[in-house]
Order: sequence, then C-alpha cells, then structure tokens
Amino acid sequence: MSARVTFPNKILPYALILPQLVIVGIFFYWPASQALYQSVLREDPFGLRTTFVGLANFRHVLTQPSYINSLQTTAVFSIAVAFIAMSVALLLAVMADKVIKGKGFYRTMMIWPYAVAPAIAGMVWLFMFNPTMGTFAYMLRSAGYAWDPLLKGDQAMILIIAAAAWKQISYNFLFFVAGLQAIPKTLIEAAAIDGAGETKRFWTIVFPLLAPTTFFLLVINTTYAFFDTFGIIHAVTGGGPGKATETLVYKVYHDGFVNLILGDSAAQSVILMVMVIALTAIQFRYVEKKVHYG
Amino acid sequence: MATVELKDVRKVYGGKVEAVKGVSIDIPDGQMCVLVGPSGCGKSTLLRMIAGLEEITDGTVSIGGQVVNTFGPAERDIAMVFQNYALYPHMKVYDNMAYGLRNRGTPKDEIDRRVREAAGILGLEDFLERKPRELSGGQRQRVAMGRAIVRKPKAFLFDEPLSNLDAKLRGQMRIEIKSLQRSLGVTSVYVTHDQVEAMTLADTLVVMNSGVAEQIDTPLAIYEKPASVFVAGFIGSPAMNLLAGEIAENGRGVKLVGGAYLKPRDTVLPEVGRSVLLGVRPEHLTLVSDANNADFQLKVTTVETLGADTLAHGHPVDGDPKSSELIVRLSGDVQVRHGDVLPLAIDAGKAHMFDAGTGKRI
Repeated sequence: MSARVTFPNKILPYALILPQLVIVGIFFYWPASQALYQSVLREDPFGLRTTFVGLANFRHVLTQPSYINSLQTTAVFSIAVAFIAMSVALLLAVMADKVIKGKGFYRTMMIWPYAVAPAIAGMVWLFMFNPTMGTFAYMLRSAGYAWDPLLKGDQAMILIIAAAAWKQISYNFLFFVAGLQAIPKTLIEAAAIDGAGETKRFWTIVFPLLAPTTFFLLVINTTYAFFDTFGIIHAVTGGGPGKATETLVYKVYHDGFVNLILGDSAAQSVILMVMVIALTAIQFRYVEKKVHYG
Repeated sequence: MATVELKDVRKVYGGKVEAVKGVSIDIPDGQMCVLVGPSGCGKSTLLRMIAGLEEITDGTVSIGGQVVNTFGPAERDIAMVFQNYALYPHMKVYDNMAYGLRNRGTPKDEIDRRVREAAGILGLEDFLERKPRELSGGQRQRVAMGRAIVRKPKAFLFDEPLSNLDAKLRGQMRIEIKSLQRSLGVTSVYVTHDQVEAMTLADTLVVMNSGVAEQIDTPLAIYEKPASVFVAGFIGSPAMNLLAGEIAENGRGVKLVGGAYLKPRDTVLPEVGRSVLLGVRPEHLTLVSDANNADFQLKVTTVETLGADTLAHGHPVDGDPKSSELIVRLSGDVQVRHGDVLPLAIDAGKAHMFDAGTGKRI
C-alpha cells in the first residue's frame, strides 16, 4: 500500500465531491426513492385520493400476462442487441487494427454514429424501412420479401434491434480498438513464431486478452439495452404492433405516463431496478472470475 | 540445427529510409552470432528479417541451406526470445511452453515430456502451474527460454533478452544462456547493445552502425584490430582514446591537434602529412618511473577510483586540454591526484591508426 496523501482541511474534500453528490442525489436517489414510495401507493383515476396498498401493486404487475410478455420481449431484445452490437464492433475493430492508410479517418467515421441521439437514430431507421416510403423497405419488397414492420411484430423487433445495436456499435468499437492496441505486438509475433495461424491467434491470444474490455462492455451494453433504448423504441414502434416490442422500460413509461396507472408503473420500475442490479451483480460475481486482468 | 546465411540483406522502409544496407553474414551450425550496435543501427530489424516478422527488401536469408525469404515465421522453424519476454499472460507456464508444440500437432505425451525436460534444464519444475505475473523477472526470462527450447528449432533468435533484468541477474543469465546454447548446440543470433554481453557470448561478433556491418570477426580480433574508428570507440570500456593529428616529419610520430607529439613504438606510420586518428586503449597506457622512457606526460584533470582500477582523465602537458583528452587505466593501488603529471608510455604495438577522412584502419 502506498502512502496516502492526507489533507489537513476537513471541509475541502467534502466541498470537492459535493457537486457530484448533488447530481447523483437529485437525478438518481430522489427519483428512485419516489418510485419506491409510489410503488406501495394506489391513486384514484383523478389523482384526488392516495391509499397505501402494501405490495398489492407488485402482485398485480407480476400476474399480468402483458408484463410476462414484456419480460420475454426485453430478454430477446437485450440479448440480441448486446450480442450483435458487441460482435459487429469486435469484427470492425479487428479489421480497423489492420488498416494502415487512413487509419484515423476510418476510425473517426466509425465513431460518428455514437453522436446521434437515440430518437434521431430511430427516426432514420424508421424512414429507411418505412413500408410506404422507405428505400430499404422498397428494396426488400422488390426482392420478394413481405416487409411490413407496422403490422408484423417480429419484423418490428428486428428493426429496433438493428437500430439499437447500430447505435451502440460505435461505442463498443472505440473500446475494442483501445483494447486491441493495449495487446503487445510481440505477443502476436511470438504466437506467429509458435505456429499459430491468424484465426488461432485471435481465439487463443487476442480474445482472451480482450476479456476485461469485453466484460466491461457486456455490463454497459446490458444496461444500455434495458434503459437507453427507450428513445429508439418510442420513435420507431411505440411498443407495437400490439405489444410486440414493448420492453420493460417502455412499459413503465406507457403504464405510468400514458395510462396513468402510477402505482403499477412505479412497482415496475422498482422491479426493473432490482433486476438490473441483480444482473450486474451476477456479471461481476461469475463472469468476471473468468476475466484475466493484465 | 542448421546454418544461417544472410546475403546482401537490405531493408528499406516506405521506399525511402534504408534501415539495413546490405549485410552478409555466415553463421556456421551450432555457433552463436551476436549483433551489437547503438540503437537504430538496424540490428533488431535484421533479426526480425531472419525471424520472418519483417519483409526482406533485397538479398536472401537462408536457414539450413534453404532460402526462406517467402516463408512465414512459423515455417522457418526458429524460436525467438523477446526483450519483454512476450509470455502469454493468461496461460500458465506449462501452457506457455506447450503452446508452440500444440499448434504443430505434437502428441500430448510428447508435449508433456518435452515441457518437463525443458523445465528441468531451466529449474522451472515448481512453477509450471503458475501464471507469468506470479514470477520474477529472471523466472519469466527462463520461461521465455523454455518456450524456445521445447520446440527444438533450427535456430534461436534473441532480441535483447537481458535488458529488462537488473545488473546482477543479467550477468548470471548471460552465463546460463551461453552454457545452454553450447550444450544444446543450436545456431543462435543474439542482438544486444551491451558490449559485455556481445564480447562474452559471441563466437562471431558483428558490429553494426547505421545499417552497415562495420566488422565481422571473433570478439578478440575485433578488440585487438578494430576495422574502423566506430568499432574502436564502441568496443571496449572505457572507450579507446582517439586523438586527431597528422604524421609529422623526421619520424617524430604523430603531431596532435593541440601541438604535442606522440610516437607509438612498433607501429608502422603512414606517409608524412596524412591526417590520422591515433587510437590507444586506456589499458594500453603504462605508467613509467623514468620520464626519459615516457612517450608523453599526462596532466591529470579528473580521477575516478573504482577499487581494482583507477581511471585518470587528462591531456598531454604540451597539448590542448579539449582536443587531446585522454583516459588512462591504472592499477588500483596507484595514488593519483588532480593536477599530477604522469609519465606514460604506449604499450608496444598497441596503438591503432585510422584515416581521419574515412575512419578506416590504416
């Protein structure tokens, strides 16, 4: 343990972390506690009377078929988004690592999509694949494929998965490129001398050494797919057709702000919060054990 | 086990920068060739070209009589030890050593036998189940060596393998590498910038400077007859004294730039008036008791006491303090102080003459 720097001033350290605490407090702890509080209350339709109902909201939510459906939708959506976004980004990063001319330009172009707001990204994809006016929809139909995400749930799902994954690829790409650069070139050379071909080198040397990056991105991508994809879903499908693309976070919004069932919505967001905490804990507890840090 | 031959090997980067300018070396089977030179002299590039990690612009590299220019590193059947060891950090020591054999489809029991044999030679038996990060620098170096020897390759390539170790361990590993290479009898190419490693390890020593092999010979021959001013200054510590001057008339020897005259004995002098560099190693200057037997008088400016030796820095009394600065290696029991004047003689036949223009030996 290295010697710690100590500050004689007792107030300054707290003053320095105060802005961060204020932000976290206002934008996380306060709303989270409000949600917790709301989740045990029930309001009448006009918001005039509020009664304490204990865990009734939770019981109600967990027995709803639409909630179970939403759980399944979220599982499919999140796994697909995280897997696609990470594997495509890894592939692109490995290829970018080989580019010699115009490396900077190529990377910059790869990172740009990250700067696009989720709702805008959703709109772009919506336009491209809109059954009446979308270029890609037109191409799909002329190729003989009956494309209509406005009516077909699975197609709508594919569309939002593609849009959400596409948006996250840039971010993952950035981290994978950095991760690849951190692998000493001599290791690759030693493996080449040891008779490992390109594919073998990737799976036996590069991929294991990228594990810390991959693990970090797995955590980030899971939370992204759970929460940050709201804008895309809202812009592209609005949870439809039917309830085919209604993920948990979208259902929280829909039940709470559209249907105004505040108690249910709050209970759902509490469940969602617990789920993500549990998921992250599991990732750290079990997956991280397999990760080798430098 | 094989010979390694380089013929006019050149390396040009991007059509402009010539890193290696036509080097030819023949390394007989089982011998150790050391490439030594300052950073950026092209020694590592040359080694990487032998390994197949760097494309050969021109010339040929042959291993075991076969030209391997177009072969990948794996096909050349060589093993390399890197400066930073390049151990696979996520694999145990055992797997690090077995990796190359597994890639070549060696049977499992054969791998196990060879890995344990190599571990036995290198004293690594107790560490086979450990990860590289749990080992000390010297142990990692041994694992890197082990990874090379289990494969029984045609040649070993060493790229400054000891420069990450502390001085004591470096000396110890140097001896181990030497005896290991001897007992296995594997042809080796060893790159270093450390002249002690170069002198002690080499059967053949190649002194490189800005992409050119300045001299290729046995270490002792290079020490005794350096082919150029560069080699003279690079091999030997402290470095050889090099004094600019020209050949004086009437057989008075060399007239140094500062005005002093020096006449080395048993040395054939070139024609009168030629500009030369006179080279004398610090250990080839002897303190004489009688000023009449002295070749010159040294005015001492600085003294370094090392215990076994004493190094006296100074200049000839009648010479220029800057341009004719000299170092003398004296026995440790000689008492010398700043400001002393020492009568010195150049050992017979130990002076070197270099052409001042070309830097080549005369």
